[in-house]
Amino acid sequence: MTPALIDADRSSPKGRVTELRRPSVWVAAVVGAAVAAWVLFLAEGTPAGAAVDDPGKFLVTVLDGVTFAGLLFVAASGFTLIFGLMRTVNMAHGSLFLLAAYVAIRVQEAMVGRSRNIDPADVGLLDWLVPLLAGAGVAAVLGLLIQQVFLQWNEGQEMRQTLVTLAITVVLADQMLREFGGLAQRMVWPGAVTHFFSVMGERYAVTRLFMLAIAVLVGVALWLWLTRTSVGMVIRAGVDDRQMVRGLGINIRRVFALTFLAGSFLAGVGGVLGASFAGAAPGTDGSWLLNALVVVIIGGLGSLKGAAAGSLLYGMVVAFSPAYLPSQYSYYAIIMTFGLLALVLAVRPYGLFGRPA
Amino acid sequence: MKLRERLTARTLVLAGLVLILVLLPSLATAFFVNFVMTQTLILGLAAATIVFLSRYGGMTSLAQLLMFGIAGFMFGNAALDGGARGLNLGWHPWAAVGFAMLVTTLAAFVLGAIASRTTGIYFLMLTLVYGVIGYFVFAQIVEISGPGGITSIQRPDLLGPPVRLYYAGLLLSVLAYLGFRASRRTAFGLALQGVRDDPVRMASLGFNVALHRALAFTLAGFVAGLAGLLNVWWNGQIDPASISIGPTLILLIIAVIGGISSLEGAWLGAFVYVLVFTYLRDLPLVDGIGITEARFNTVIGVIVLAIMVLSPEGLTGIVQRLRGGARPVHPTEKELGGTRP
Repeated sequence: MTPALIDADRSSPKGRVTELRRPSVWVAAVVGAAVAAWVLFLAEGTPAGAAVDDPGKFLVTVLDGVTFAGLLFVAASGFTLIFGLMRTVNMAHGSLFLLAAYVAIRVQEAMVGRSRNIDPADVGLLDWLVPLLAGAGVAAVLGLLIQQVFLQWNEGQEMRQTLVTLAITVVLADQMLREFGGLAQRMVWPGAVTHFFSVMGERYAVTRLFMLAIAVLVGVALWLWLTRTSVGMVIRAGVDDRQMVRGLGINIRRVFALTFLAGSFLAGVGGVLGASFAGAAPGTDGSWLLNALVVVIIGGLGSLKGAAAGSLLYGMVVAFSPAYLPSQYSYYAIIMTFGLLALVLAVRPYGLFGRPA
Repeated sequence: MKLRERLTARTLVLAGLVLILVLLPSLATAFFVNFVMTQTLILGLAAATIVFLSRYGGMTSLAQLLMFGIAGFMFGNAALDGGARGLNLGWHPWAAVGFAMLVTTLAAFVLGAIASRTTGIYFLMLTLVYGVIGYFVFAQIVEISGPGGITSIQRPDLLGPPVRLYYAGLLLSVLAYLGFRASRRTAFGLALQGVRDDPVRMASLGFNVALHRALAFTLAGFVAGLAGLLNVWWNGQIDPASISIGPTLILLIIAVIGGISSLEGAWLGAFVYVLVFTYLRDLPLVDGIGITEARFNTVIGVIVLAIMVLSPEGLTGIVQRLRGGARPVHPTEKELGGTRP
């Protein structure tokens, strides 16, 4: 499938219009409208109630969705960055996420001087930021190591690289279980942000907004890095045409290594945020690999814009389905995720902003 | 093809192997037959569906264990009655078999249709997502999985003695192997390989590319479902953890150990996996260097890592390379499930 063919079809305004007439687009539009109508007017007997009756609950759910989307974006952006440049699907992303979480928890325990029941009041901002950097740093170094040892020499063999990272995932998960045990652990938010404020009669945790702020910070930094620096320029050029970049005499191997370092660092930042938000335990690696995959499949692999859009959509679905499904069906929330995936893929097989590989 | 052409060394070796397997219950211990070999055949059958999709369709699927699990859960729900767990429909066992296979095949068709416009890496990721979501569906909707799984599932009377289960596994494995091999030369199989190699050209020749991929996935799902039924009869129970991400990766790993582009490799990989899993802990040396049963996943992971680093065609590839002159296999990147020509 030549990308040029498909792009030509899509870029012409006529192609766009004909695309909108496809039945799958209609189905997606109808489903979207039905969901909106359900949430706004019809959702009686759900934990949250119809949005027009209870705007406070609706607002809180939206906030939940946006803040969770922030975490998703941090976790998925590294994944999509690495894929975009190197066409490497780094299945070890979830393991790096979990490893950073564990390391950060250890460092925080050492800094506070207690190993359990840490009171947020004892945790200064520094006691949270230093573990964040330590955890993410360890993830970044390990990621770089994986890339240098296992992925550099078989570039272009996508499936082989994927299976190699899968095997690394299995080993890392087992070794982390040995080192850190099977119990769920938690990173403690700094005391400065662990309080609540009220919005339209509902209490809301400041920690979630703090998480969102960090995610936005990461997103902006990433965007500036990719669009305003010369390295970023090379990376973007590499995403479009690796051979050409190489032909221009740029050492793309160094750029690959740097990108893998940055991508793994982002996985680590996501891991520490996730550990503060929901804790870390064996299995967290798998579920966050899933989250990153869902985000990039929805948004389109290799596109930062896609990662942002995918995070928002998926975050909203995760926040809305338990709140707006009828109470006795709230276990079925996971099916909504699948529904979103099916809907997006029916309209855009390569995700919202994706291109065929 | 004439009979004489069929009688290649490879066919003879395989026929001999099947003969040994048929006679095995009178040659080996009951433990070896009913535990090691039955498990090998079940896992091999499931892994063969991965190989089939990968080799003929260019699609590396991580959803095969989900199909395996769906069939098991559906049989458990339909066949049990009066237990505390599951739907307890209390149907006749063979009706339950039909129901389980119907649900599995339908699920495979729907999932395959959704995934049918993607290949290679995208397909792998999407099917991994299927697998994990499927796990969550069974873990969270306790009506169909019983809190903590469905237990004390009886097999149909026909398969009562364990050795009959072994023969059922052997029969299905041989049928699946012959069927998958034969499908290569059918109109459908040829079209599927065309779709693998050049979807755009096949589409312009008038083939429905998406439908071929969806049907291949359905067929693979059906066979994986059969393996799932055997598994649930062999185990007597099934719980959501048995289809979580770990076992999902293990099934792919089995296919990879044997060689992801070789059908025989699926059973070879399963055999190696079960052997390692069963006997590794008995080796006296192993405890000394700190590998215990609990660190089993590390061992498997390192083995796969080594295989992928040394030879992406797995053990079959290594064997073929050792034999040297004997027709080296050079699977294209497409056959390995990649997207680059």
